[in-house]
Amino acid sequence: MDLPPTPAQTIGPFFGYALPFTRGAEIVSRDAEGAITVHGRVLDGADQPIPDALVEIWQTDAEGARSTAVGTIRRDPVTDAVLGRDGTAFTGFARIPTDADGHWAVHTVPPGPHHPGATPYLAVAVFARGLLHHLYTRIYLPEHSSLLSADPALAALSDRLSTLVATRETDRRYRFDIRLQGPGETVFFEFR
Amino acid sequence: MTELPTQREIDAAIARLSALPGGFHPHRDYGPYRSSVLRHPEQALAVVRDPEAVELSGPVFGVTDVTALDSDLTRGGPGEPQGQRITVTGVVTDRSGKPVRGQLVEVWQANAAGRYAHQVDQHPAPLDPYFTGFGRCLTDDDGRYAFTTIRPGAYPWRNHDNAWRPAHIHFSLFGTAFTQRMVTQMYFPGDPLFPYDPILQAVTDQSARERLVATYDHDLSVPEWSLGYRWDIVLDGPSATLFEDEDL
Ligand SMILES: [Fe+3]
Repeated sequence: MDLPPTPAQTIGPFFGYALPFTRGAEIVSRDAEGAITVHGRVLDGADQPIPDALVEIWQTDAEGARSTAVGTIRRDPVTDAVLGRDGTAFTGFARIPTDADGHWAVHTVPPGPHHPGATPYLAVAVFARGLLHHLYTRIYLPEHSSLLSADPALAALSDRLSTLVATRETDRRYRFDIRLQGPGETVFFEFR
Repeated sequence: MTELPTQREIDAAIARLSALPGGFHPHRDYGPYRSSVLRHPEQALAVVRDPEAVELSGPVFGVTDVTALDSDLTRGGPGEPQGQRITVTGVVTDRSGKPVRGQLVEVWQANAAGRYAHQVDQHPAPLDPYFTGFGRCLTDDDGRYAFTTIRPGAYPWRNHDNAWRPAHIHFSLFGTAFTQRMVTQMYFPGDPLFPYDPILQAVTDQSARERLVATYDHDLSVPEWSLGYRWDIVLDGPSATLFEDEDL
């Protein structure tokens, strides 16, 4: 049985009161030992910031394990208030709306290899007003980038491969801009 | 103020593009939806066929992430919101028909007058202090979700002159894999605004468009209380359920 899928539609401009949640940008607490920050802007084809985009991150933990822990948007059963993560379970998921300058930031740990010899990465989904169907990309950290051109799936990207590698700004902070269109357009993926 | 395209111009563009090859999803590059022009990639997507890709798993949600009240958008205040009370329910499956169990479904929508509880929404229609406008629930063992809400109103937007969005509820869904992530919109049957709306018409295949429209189901209507709509959702994209089971 191969059912036809339900079509995607744009997230529109008004998701901001519904989808973002308390500490959505903190896969780990920003002052946790070993925490890194990855941040950047979402930009359109005219190099203008996109202030109504939503960036989601899914990644392995530092050892390379994929989490099955719940509680990313933990709620108070009495008041229904969002409590946020309990600070112990690693759920591997972040959701960050861009600000008025198109900027987003996630606080996390460097991902580990998801199988022996794998190049670790942060999986990214991008949603925005004006984007009719979301896009997937990946963030590779520069310390792992030497392995990338050996990956047969990525080698064909040649000079565009650099759009998938974050830039180290300080010891614990990395920059990664997402360009939906134009010169330096980020590589986006389709999974089959 | 910049001159907006007319509805007639948008209609002509929609008619021209209706000849595009169909497909299951909207075209990301769809000129009649003007915001899409600078917000779609021009390079081909890179195809990944990796059974060990991190994206073949995904975040998991559970009972701590929702409360029982979250699925009722009419319980936001001390009184009942304005408008027609409805229930919306359906099952979430993957493309093989397997139910997506225990996963997060989130919704948001305008109120009965067509106004969002969002400060950017400048439509001069009344806000409703008794309507939250957003909700969430987990699918059950059959993949079923259910919400109690009110029927949203159509609302104007500035894509073109006299542009109106057909009434819709925004949905956000998770499957068993990040590749199955989905954000979409549910529409109501028989809405006369369908042919004028570039966001819906960006899905150029008619049968695919029809999959975005809920069905009125009289058996789901509750006497003296609410009207019932059914909308089943099929998530696209591969997953690695077997791989995950081995991991557990
Ligand atoms: Fe809307």
